[in-house]
Amino acid sequence: MILPQNRVAWASVSPALGWTLAFFVLPFAAMVAISFYPQDGSGPSLVSYAQFFNSPSYYYALFNSLEVTGLVTVISILLAYPFAWILADIVPERWQRLALTLAVLPFWTSYVVRSYSWLLVLSEKGLVNTTLVDLGILSAPIQLANTRGATIIGFVHFFVMLLTLTIYANLKQLSPNYRKAAADLGAGPIRSFIHVVLPLTLPGIMVGAFLTFVLAIGDYITPQILGGNNELLMPQLIMMQIGRRGDFSSASALSIILMVVVTVAYLFCARWLKIERT
Amino acid sequence: MMLRVSSIVYAALIYGFIFLPVFVLVLFSFQASLFPIPPFNGPSLRWYAAVLADKRLIAGLGNSILVALSTSALATLIGFLSAWGFARFHLPKSALMRGLITAPLTISYLIIGMGLLVFFNRIGVPKSLLAVGIGHVVINMPLCFAIIYSQMGDHQANMERAARDLGAPEWKVLSLITAPLLWPAIFASFFLSMTFSWDEFVISFLLTRFDTTLPVEIWNLLRAGLNPKTNAVGSLVFGVSVLMAILFEIFAFRKRPA
Repeated sequence: MILPQNRVAWASVSPALGWTLAFFVLPFAAMVAISFYPQDGSGPSLVSYAQFFNSPSYYYALFNSLEVTGLVTVISILLAYPFAWILADIVPERWQRLALTLAVLPFWTSYVVRSYSWLLVLSEKGLVNTTLVDLGILSAPIQLANTRGATIIGFVHFFVMLLTLTIYANLKQLSPNYRKAAADLGAGPIRSFIHVVLPLTLPGIMVGAFLTFVLAIGDYITPQILGGNNELLMPQLIMMQIGRRGDFSSASALSIILMVVVTVAYLFCARWLKIERT
Repeated sequence: MMLRVSSIVYAALIYGFIFLPVFVLVLFSFQASLFPIPPFNGPSLRWYAAVLADKRLIAGLGNSILVALSTSALATLIGFLSAWGFARFHLPKSALMRGLITAPLTISYLIIGMGLLVFFNRIGVPKSLLAVGIGHVVINMPLCFAIIYSQMGDHQANMERAARDLGAPEWKVLSLITAPLLWPAIFASFFLSMTFSWDEFVISFLLTRFDTTLPVEIWNLLRAGLNPKTNAVGSLVFGVSVLMAILFEIFAFRKRPA
């Protein structure tokens, strides 16, 4: 039963609307506006955007971000899918809850601390290097931290947990009848998986992939702690504009460029994201 | 059989990968010497003592709790009110307004924080915990709205109508009928908001200067490089969060009708 609009209705929705307008829409408009007013005080221009397209050190940050995020998304799905499948299909039903809870336990460390703890594993005198040198596999420690590889490992660690959750939920939603039907029609477990289970879970995978992409490409912490400053990703470049140069105009322009990239990715995935909703 | 064995091996490898950094973090928080690197020479509680003696970390902890509790309460309240308004009343351009309210969910925290930084800088709001709190309501309110809105059903509307027919004013209907009926969704919203606010870094980093939240204080510790004190504070946060999650599980399950 839906009531006609009245004073109570408007009073109940206006705090949320007001908050969104005042602290989301207005700040966003301010950011767009300031991106057209370069830091040097000159009038409205596209200087802050031109700076991005004209200097390789800037646009390479976007390429790096896209490459790293793409790799992270693909690797995370490839690792998480079989794991989620094992949790959903191989592990006995009564242990599944515990197995899943354990699989996402490190979610509960703070995000900053989680990246730092990979530093403990990967640094020059960290666990991996010490172990490999002690075993005689390496003669001297190799550089693992402050590399693109470290950034990717840190990201993959987080997103394997996230994707395991979403893919597991997806697999559990599948009616067992599909697989029974496939088996009745003579398909073995592998054929049934490739032709039945995989296509049915694809929309869910796409949603997970999109989520991974969006969260990873906007993250400053992981690349800053694990990747260091040898190779910048977009969020690092944005933060650098504010931190080192106090250049709000350039930081705003770069943020908007990053947002446009995410929007394009969304439109690219929209087809699959829609399938999920029906 | 082959499948079972390879599954077990694969699952063990993934579990190993997932737990490796947490294990190293917690183990070396008990390190006796100055560096959290092998060989392990503990156990010692000296770094936990160092954390508890660190005024900045303790202040950050207090600030984080304050910000998490107050912003989650506000986000849940505003989200609940608007979810009720949109579910119960026929408002013009309802879909558009709902879209606007949930829009912040699709924007990364970095960009929301940047926008607020530029905006507050313009209108003269100083960097402060208040500024962070405003930002945390921006990121959490849409979530609360979405969760509670999805749980608004007809049976609650009927009970609300009954209460109204019996003469209850609107605020009594909301607080005595609607809110108790939607308790699980409200509780989940509040808890999720708490979790996100508690762990949020980039908005706090951009919008505070000296008096700041725990994640930013931990970030400041990282400048000192590898340090068992960071391990200790990280392990403490981990322990508290796991405890919270367990309490949530017990609490949320008990609340469910049998």
